[in-house]
Amino acid sequence: MMRFATWKVVTILLGTLVAALIVLPSLLSPEARAGLDRVLPGPAKTIVLGLDLQGGAHLLLEVDSASLTKTSVDNLREDARRLLRENGVKLAGGIGVQSRGIQFRVPDATERGKIVGALTSASQSLGAALTGAVQDYTVTDNADGLVQVQLTDAGIANKIHRAVDQSIEVLRRRIDASGTKEPTIQREGNDRIVVEVPGLQDTQHLKDLLGTTAKLEFRLVADPGESPADVENLPFYKNNKPGTEAIEKRVMVQGEDLTDAQPGFDQRSGEPVVDFRFNLRGGQKFGEVTAQNVGKPFAIVLDNQIVSDPRILGPITGGSGQISGNFTVSQANDLAVLLRAGALPAKLTVVEERTVGPGLGQDSIDAGERAALVAGVLVVAYMLVTYGVFGIFADIALAVHIMLIFAAMVLLGATLTLPGIAGIVLTIGMAVDANVLIYERIREENHAGRSVIASLDSGFKRAFATIVDSNVTLFVAALILYLFGSGPVRGFAVSLGLGILTSIVTAVTMTRMMIAVWYRAKRPQRLPI
Amino acid sequence: MPLLRLAPENTKFGFMRFRRYSYPFSAFLSIVSVVMFVLVGMNFGIDFAGGTLMEVRAKAGDADLAQLRSLGEQTGLGHIEVQGFGNRTDATIRFGVQPGGDAAQEVAVKKVQAALDDRYEFRRVEVVGPRVSGELVQSGTIGVVVSIFAVLMYLWFRFEWQFAVGAVIATMHDLLLTVGFFSVTHLEFNTTSIAAILTIVGYSLNEAVIVLDRIREVMRKYKRLSTAEMIDMSINAVLPRTIMTATTVFLALLALVLFGGEVIKSFSLAMMWGIFVGTYSSIFICSPILIYLGVRNEVRAESKPGTPGASGNRKPSSKLAAE
Repeated sequence: MMRFATWKVVTILLGTLVAALIVLPSLLSPEARAGLDRVLPGPAKTIVLGLDLQGGAHLLLEVDSASLTKTSVDNLREDARRLLRENGVKLAGGIGVQSRGIQFRVPDATERGKIVGALTSASQSLGAALTGAVQDYTVTDNADGLVQVQLTDAGIANKIHRAVDQSIEVLRRRIDASGTKEPTIQREGNDRIVVEVPGLQDTQHLKDLLGTTAKLEFRLVADPGESPADVENLPFYKNNKPGTEAIEKRVMVQGEDLTDAQPGFDQRSGEPVVDFRFNLRGGQKFGEVTAQNVGKPFAIVLDNQIVSDPRILGPITGGSGQISGNFTVSQANDLAVLLRAGALPAKLTVVEERTVGPGLGQDSIDAGERAALVAGVLVVAYMLVTYGVFGIFADIALAVHIMLIFAAMVLLGATLTLPGIAGIVLTIGMAVDANVLIYERIREENHAGRSVIASLDSGFKRAFATIVDSNVTLFVAALILYLFGSGPVRGFAVSLGLGILTSIVTAVTMTRMMIAVWYRAKRPQRLPI
Repeated sequence: MPLLRLAPENTKFGFMRFRRYSYPFSAFLSIVSVVMFVLVGMNFGIDFAGGTLMEVRAKAGDADLAQLRSLGEQTGLGHIEVQGFGNRTDATIRFGVQPGGDAAQEVAVKKVQAALDDRYEFRRVEVVGPRVSGELVQSGTIGVVVSIFAVLMYLWFRFEWQFAVGAVIATMHDLLLTVGFFSVTHLEFNTTSIAAILTIVGYSLNEAVIVLDRIREVMRKYKRLSTAEMIDMSINAVLPRTIMTATTVFLALLALVLFGGEVIKSFSLAMMWGIFVGTYSSIFICSPILIYLGVRNEVRAESKPGTPGASGNRKPSSKLAAE
């Protein structure tokens, strides 16, 4: 063992140097880093700080499956109505709506067969060819003339899955448009989305931006004589007083036909408004509706709240329009962002929120650094007084060990969190354990009467199996923590796991190298420990 | 320079004599832990109990805890817990899950923020909805169970089954006592505490493995000794290392407790307790089990006389030799 090939020494030293170069940019001030970027090709990677250290917001959003189911049932009713009309089927009574389906009565058996067939063939969801057949709903033909259509679990799950995908796109557009930097938006599980925005100050604004469905509809205000089945009362905050207004259920034009929305000012009153532009289809429809209803009030509905009800002065055929509603400038701005980004397919609820202000983040970094420094000094001093020159070797290995953890984290793009710093501090204590095992074993062998060289040799050899066994158990714990943990705790698992790996490299290989070199130079007659 | 030695050299301490005391003692502590857990329970943080936690700092002067406490009645949120946090300007405000589902939690946060916005800076806001907290409990429990099981499998593979049983019983013991520690001290129990528990599991097994490793080696070398004598010899041999490592880890944790800040204090304290308990159990709980399980005969039968059992540390090689 005490012959340590030169190429091995060179490799280890080179490896250490590379690790130092990787870590270096993270230690520099931003100005010095900018200087380094000019010298080195490509921007230097620095360590990623978790939200608990740099401050920011972590939001866990969940697609509201109840509202999604309700929308699905509504759509199902519309589809059924259309199919009934197309097939000329007559109903006895109307379409009954239940929590997860609809039912209606068709007395005529032939007609019933027709509509059941039409509904069944439409029950395969879109994209079924790619994802495998998912039946959105089942159709039951009861002999007494009752037809029941029920949404299936698989169909609802499939809808939720797609709603999450769509929502992620919409949220990304919204956050990008609001000028926030480096957001992370990811799916979690089947019905959740994680949004992480570093360095954010105003979480409430973010939550408002993300939580709004932004479903825009243009509907006519109901005439007094209309049938109650076609009319609903929606909240309307008019002239600074809360109230409601009766409007038609029928949606004339929808927000999805918008191509653009920009905040602006009304030319006459000067109040903030949102100017919008329709696509071709929306423009035509809007033109037709306004032409047929001149003089009537038109309700602009956002997420089931009436924003305003301007009177139609004449046909609007240009394909563009304006929404006013006592907005402030920032409200008009947000509404424009929301309309441009499109509506969410379903309501999103915040189920978990963790926000850390930048002040606390910096305090945590400072506390972590202080603790790491104190722990380092204590352990280094303790090793020194216990093992003398061998303690110095262990201390050098410890310094390299910490550097390797950081280098590995930079390379892997792993996130450093406060528990992660705790993990590193803990591995400071743990890393020397390998050295302690080796040194104590060497002493033991020496006491048993072996020569210096034989003691060193068998000390390393015998301690190694023990080191592997004992570290595997701890590594298993770290691995499982990584698999089942979340957020900052995961950061702890990463730094603990990496620390275990690098400590084996440094505490075993590096100290062995140093002791080998030392032995060749000194040829000691007795052990210094 | 004379070197510092905390552990005396060449001790011949009869650790196994203490098993008649250590087992009843540990059994007693375990029962106390379970009773405390059942009767007093744990101070579950919002991660597991759900609810809202806010860390605030007064913009001027000290935090007025009494005034913050009156916030509960003002805003109609019911019982809120207010505590000083670290220094006089900081405080934490905590309240439970508000009735009315996930949306109601948001409303509650808005109310408190509106009431305090002009006087306090919000340094941290955490809201955990009722369903998420349930899932965190679940994943935390699964994590602990899976890790113990995984390590049991590893030890079984690397050692004889008696060793694995001993290590796992010692680990369970440490786990119970850590739960008891949280219950008695009323330290907040949150996801970071799960990290502490799993690290304690790892450390405790680490300690157990090092003692067991040496016991296995001694058993192959000294076949005439009784099991208790072998175990005593092994523990005495690794004692300097045990004390040395426990001290370095303890020093690192001490630095975390004193300088690491309030957020991870409960983690660091729990870990300190874990180091203490893990070291104790590796000597007084894990090893004596081998006497009761009669590990000796099997190990002897495995390595026939004449085979180089003393140098072959690994089980596969000794198995090959036996076949």
